[in-house]
Amino acid sequence: MQTLYNFVSGPLVWLSFMIFIGGSLYRLISMAVLAKKKDPLVYVYMDWYYALRSIFHWIIPFGSENMKKRPVMTLVTFVFHICLIGIPIFLFAHVILWEEAWNISWWFISDPVADIMTLAVIASCIFFLVRRLVLPEVRYLTSYSDFVILAIVAVPFITGFWAYHQWFGYRLMLILHILSGEIMLAAIPFTRLSHALFFPVTRGYMGSEFGAVKNAKDW
Amino acid sequence: MAEPALKEESREIFDEGLNRGIEKLTSEKIEQVINAVLEDETGARLKVYVDTCVHCGLCSEACHFYVSFREPRFSPAGKVKQTLWEMLKKKGKVSPEFIRRASEIASTECNLCKRCSMYCPFGIDVAYLMLVVRRICHKLGVTPQYIQDTAHSHSATFNQMWVKDDEWIDTLMWQEEEAQDEIPDLRIPLDKEGADVFYSVIGPEPKFRAQLIYQAAVIMDAAGINWTMPATPGWDNSDMCMYTGDNEMMGRLKKAHFESAMRLKAKRIVMGECGHAFRSIYDMGNRWLAWQMPPIPVTHAIEFYYELFREGKLKIARKYETPVTLHDPCNIVRGRGLHEMARYVVNEVCEEFVEMHPNREHNFCCSAGGGVINCGPPFRNKRVEGNKAKADQLFDAKARGAKTLIAPCHNCHGGLEDIIHHYGLGLELKFLGDIIYECMEKGQGSEM
Ligand code: SF4
Ligand code: SF4
Ligand code: SF4
Repeated sequence: MQTLYNFVSGPLVWLSFMIFIGGSLYRLISMAVLAKKKDPLVYVYMDWYYALRSIFHWIIPFGSENMKKRPVMTLVTFVFHICLIGIPIFLFAHVILWEEAWNISWWFISDPVADIMTLAVIASCIFFLVRRLVLPEVRYLTSYSDFVILAIVAVPFITGFWAYHQWFGYRLMLILHILSGEIMLAAIPFTRLSHALFFPVTRGYMGSEFGAVKNAKDW
Repeated sequence: MAEPALKEESREIFDEGLNRGIEKLTSEKIEQVINAVLEDETGARLKVYVDTCVHCGLCSEACHFYVSFREPRFSPAGKVKQTLWEMLKKKGKVSPEFIRRASEIASTECNLCKRCSMYCPFGIDVAYLMLVVRRICHKLGVTPQYIQDTAHSHSATFNQMWVKDDEWIDTLMWQEEEAQDEIPDLRIPLDKEGADVFYSVIGPEPKFRAQLIYQAAVIMDAAGINWTMPATPGWDNSDMCMYTGDNEMMGRLKKAHFESAMRLKAKRIVMGECGHAFRSIYDMGNRWLAWQMPPIPVTHAIEFYYELFREGKLKIARKYETPVTLHDPCNIVRGRGLHEMARYVVNEVCEEFVEMHPNREHNFCCSAGGGVINCGPPFRNKRVEGNKAKADQLFDAKARGAKTLIAPCHNCHGGLEDIIHHYGLGLELKFLGDIIYECMEKGQGSEM
């Protein structure tokens, strides 16, 4: 168990960060190069002002018509994404790890708050799962990989919650927690989780087309 | 109101172009064409759109087809799933029957109206993806018959309606004569060099709606505009080739159009009330010809009327009394943001304006656009039943008093006419120009 723990919390951390950072750069750069070659118009019509204007409307809650039309989905989506990104970075236990390894540290969230946020992520994942199964228009688009991706995101939070509360078998859970966190990180560039990388690009481009050429809003 | 009896029946729609088209296909040919288009003509945009889509279905409510039928296969992403996702997954190894369905979906179940890009959080451009599918089907020779015939007319005559060169000139002279009964010194200046305004229309105007040219001439005359219309091919600003995926022909058409304006050394192109023609000149054709923006300024009729009223060049004798509502055509609203100008003009000419909801950029498409109405009778029922959303919207405006529906776009007219009729809405349909002509002070400008 100890060797396994050392392995997932040592070399694998390095590996997952390398895959995440390297992979993300690779995906973004290779797309930029491909766009230059095959879709040069993207560069011609990209307009920073209008790109940011559109992105801004889509990252504030209820900033677009569609978000106003689906308040529950909007709320869940925002809570989910904020917690999803916030917890791994600002969790006390994680900040400590950074401090021990690199002697750097930053602000952290208190454990009870983190607990609630974790539950929020898990609840959101259940919401997304149910939505996927129940709404015909979402179900229609769903492939089996969508469930895998949802699981990749949910498992680190479930296992983390488990381990923190030191329930039955929590040592194993801790290992699973670290491992699944690493899998999630490494999966970002190479699965549909890459929407996180490409959101600013696709939204920004549509914002530019609408704003600069078509003189219209796109939210 | 009839429940759409569509469900499985759409598979059975017989179309000469689609059904005969696939008879000639082999699986090698399909594979080769799909991969060639995907390899050579698309790149990062298509890849990113396909990879980024998180299958969330949030775009569904944007599409009038989905809103009307409530069937997942009519949602924007649902259409991509049935076409491009499958082609990519199978690396082009799909059956002729698949291509038939793909062509039908891309050409008759999507108006390329871009409303979904405003509902997808990522701004995924489903209209662009459907155009790629149309392009593939075009290269495979599987395009609905009626629109393909129009595209043939474009290639043979450079106009959409097989209008012969002399018929075009005849029509203009005939309209000039007619108008002279009303305003004796009115002219429709043909092929005049150095005019401020080069006025262009779509093929169906001389063919079926010649009175629109008459009305435009009266407006130009009253406003004292130095204008001209070309006497040569290139006069037609419409473009169905843009919608069949025949990009080469789209380029030739736009080149002819721009060049006829330039040959006459006109200062700008002003075009009649048409949405898709505007998209072709302002957004797509110019790009194919490698012009970032059109090589010569392009003004849509709405913007032109707006200027004329703003500058006091047109005056209203008495305002139009019947309460009106306004349909915002996608191609000039989501495509050019002319909605506020349209409202300015409507308020100048009409006593009472009733908004329909949703409106402006969020207006629902008429379901005729994107070449769908041009695919003809076989797909008519699907198009009309697929826009119950529009009928509801119109019914609501009517309930709040609107009696006349203004649609400043030719295709919208066709589509809305069918919707009004099918759902028994009893609204009167007009162009903005119809109302301006009816209410304006005529014949005072007339300096040439
Ligand atoms: S018709 Fe309009 S909203 Fe529907 S898929 Fe096509 S572009 Fe999107
Ligand atoms: S809203 Fe966008 S991401 Fe979601 S299914 Fe539709 S196209 Fe895909
Ligand atoms: S016909 Fe009119 S409403 Fe319909 S797509 Fe064209 S511009 Fe839009």
